[in-house]
Amino acid sequence: MSTGDTWPVSIGFDDADHEGLTIGKAACRTCSKLKRRQVLANQAERSVGAAVTFDGVQKSYDGETLVVKDLNLKIAEGEFLTMLGPSGSGKTTCLMMLAGFEPPTHGEIYLDDKAISQLPPHKRGIGMVFQNYALFPHMTVGENLAYPLKVRGMSKSEIRDRVERALGMVELSGFGGRRPAQLSGGQQQRVAVARALVFEPNLVLMDEPLGALDKQLREQMQYEIKHIHDNLGVTIVYVTHDQTEALTMSDRVAVFNDGVIQQLSPPETLYENPTNSFVAQFIGENNKLSGTVSKVINGECEVELDTGATVHATAVNVDGEGSRTTLSLRPERVYIGPEGTDNTLDGRIEELIYLGETIRARLTVAGNDQFIVKVPNRGSSTGLTEGASVTVGWSTADCHALDPIAT
Amino acid sequence: MTDAAVSPGMGLNQTASKSAPLTTADGKPLKAALRKANGRARRNALLLVAPLFVFLLFTYTIPIVQMMARSVMNPEVANNLPNTSAAIGDWDGEGLPSEEVFAAMAQDLKNGGRSTIGRVAARLNTDMPGLRSTMMGAMRDADEFQAPFKEALLADDDDWGDPRLWTLIKRETRTITPAYYLRALDYEYDQAGEIVPRPENLQVYRSIFWQTAWMSGLITILTILMGYPVAHLLATLPLKRANLLMILVLLPFWTSLLVRTSAWIVLLQQEGVVNNFLVFFQIVDDNDRMRLIYNRIGTIIAMTHILLPFMILPLYSVMKTIPPSLTRAARSMGATPLRAHLTVYMPLTIPGLAAGVLLVFILAIGYYITPALVGGEGGIFISNLIADRMTGSLSQLRLALALATILLVGVLVLYWLFNRLVGVERLKFG
Repeated sequence: MSTGDTWPVSIGFDDADHEGLTIGKAACRTCSKLKRRQVLANQAERSVGAAVTFDGVQKSYDGETLVVKDLNLKIAEGEFLTMLGPSGSGKTTCLMMLAGFEPPTHGEIYLDDKAISQLPPHKRGIGMVFQNYALFPHMTVGENLAYPLKVRGMSKSEIRDRVERALGMVELSGFGGRRPAQLSGGQQQRVAVARALVFEPNLVLMDEPLGALDKQLREQMQYEIKHIHDNLGVTIVYVTHDQTEALTMSDRVAVFNDGVIQQLSPPETLYENPTNSFVAQFIGENNKLSGTVSKVINGECEVELDTGATVHATAVNVDGEGSRTTLSLRPERVYIGPEGTDNTLDGRIEELIYLGETIRARLTVAGNDQFIVKVPNRGSSTGLTEGASVTVGWSTADCHALDPIAT
Repeated sequence: MTDAAVSPGMGLNQTASKSAPLTTADGKPLKAALRKANGRARRNALLLVAPLFVFLLFTYTIPIVQMMARSVMNPEVANNLPNTSAAIGDWDGEGLPSEEVFAAMAQDLKNGGRSTIGRVAARLNTDMPGLRSTMMGAMRDADEFQAPFKEALLADDDDWGDPRLWTLIKRETRTITPAYYLRALDYEYDQAGEIVPRPENLQVYRSIFWQTAWMSGLITILTILMGYPVAHLLATLPLKRANLLMILVLLPFWTSLLVRTSAWIVLLQQEGVVNNFLVFFQIVDDNDRMRLIYNRIGTIIAMTHILLPFMILPLYSVMKTIPPSLTRAARSMGATPLRAHLTVYMPLTIPGLAAGVLLVFILAIGYYITPALVGGEGGIFISNLIADRMTGSLSQLRLALALATILLVGVLVLYWLFNRLVGVERLKFG
């Protein structure tokens, strides 16, 4: 990204301690990463410097059901936080409350320690990228970008400069005279991003901004948004239902379900150590086995599966001996014909699907006929055949005993 | 595609000659084949619209053409004085016509019966009072006329020696005349054949045209002021309540125009609901009740109400398509709600607004029944005059046709102007 060299200097975010911005992309990214880690560390210790705080926020539209139930969330300055969840989980409502389009039914939202619940949207100074871009169709791209600047009463020459720079940032220089309808989806997307950033907000909200793009473009835009974030150091709150997007871009991900944050963690933790069955199920592929806890020792537990077999798992979210649990296992952490694993079970191969880099095997294991194992394709024949009886195994650390889900 | 493989369906023709016209697999020109293939569908489509087309031709196009033709037609003199018409063409208009013209006139008077000459005399009498008796007298004596006819006619009545009479006859022998249009615009021929404004106490049409236009304009503005918020509400309310409101908007549509107009009479008359209400709350004095009907106010109130749906519906259909995220985006960028509305929402509603303006104004300008019922003397529209003239004599009918044609052309000109200013293809009617 050649624009990385010019943009950060000129956009001039109030960021005195962030000298890395002037150096260029590589240094800058490292720097902002470092800085963010530091902020995150601070936050973990003292919970300060949070750009956004949701404090006991509840939201109901009809007075009968809560769409958001008691949300407490601190978002650090410069953080890229993603709200991830299925539709109807309350994530978009949270974003709308933050933007000011929906008032919280209860609780308070703070922006840099300032309560903003009573502040109308236009006084919050929050940039926003909407789901379908919400570009003004009757204005050119340049006029779209100039809109927030005109509203702020900037001089014509300054507006022109800033619009030019913003277009350069999203690599659309020379497109200022076109109408949004004359642009491709990806270009419209960039314009929307540029428009949300052009007035230099400290916080940018993105509501499923990539939802309308095709897969390839989506991936490309993920990286571009990520780079812009790294370069500018602005706080971004990003809403999506696409877990890949969430994992690729975020510093932390808040997984929403049923109006509650199920887990708030960096992407790695989310995938490696889900704290409940919903997260395990929602992020990545997951095998579940149901059973009853028979023993808990030192963070590990012994689980008697419904078929009678006994396995060991890391006790993450169990109520103690005698309680029901659901075991979660990633398909790539299960081995067929294992050597030296902590647990083994017998299974039968039901189906083999060739996927190129991996072979996806569907097995029946402990009564679950949707048990998936990903076998890496190492060139030589795997020796697997459909209908064959095999032994599957995994290490106890990779198997998480979580809250039971009704099957 | 860099693939070199030729699919079997494409045949050799295409690969062999890139520049030559494309052909189908069996060698027929592609264009002809396409025409043939699509021809049936096109014919069927034409057949489907043919009944409507024929219907419109007979009930709409032909009557309009006829109306326009009749509004300039003037066949009485030419048809009923055939010899004179033929002879007078050579007259240069100076002094009196030659003996041949007089001879032709004598012949026509002799040939023509009482009713024939009577019709001509009546027609000419409107332009030159007294001519009727001159002609009818000459007709009665026509059998006794001997050559030279000039002297004979002059002897019969001095008026035959008046050049203006002959000028008038020469003018009226033309079968096409602008006289009705002149009348419709409050002009007329004077006795010397010049076009002059009519006497002021007889001028009526231009002021009614003007009144029709400004009242229609005012009604259009009122429907915008009242319809815009309603349409906005309709477009933003939850579906269930929007549907209820929509029924309320459409309710007047389902009620007879006559009933609606009569309801306004009940409401607005001097002993009516509105006046009673105002008197009851002592806003107006009982002896000084407001005149809200049988004048311009009545016409404007009733027509604004009746035409309101025509403004609301196109506005609503456009507003429905404007995503709420646009104004939200504007507000997130720092625009106040008012500013977001004026700079983002309003410009996007222009296609609907323009469609509404066009519909309401054009409907209003030709409105008849409401002004007729509640307009009284002052609040009438040009349509009321047209309808009134239609029932009169033949020349009154032609005057009505001329008025109607002017109205039609006026509407077309407005449409053209509107198209230039807004662009009709951008309009959304609903």
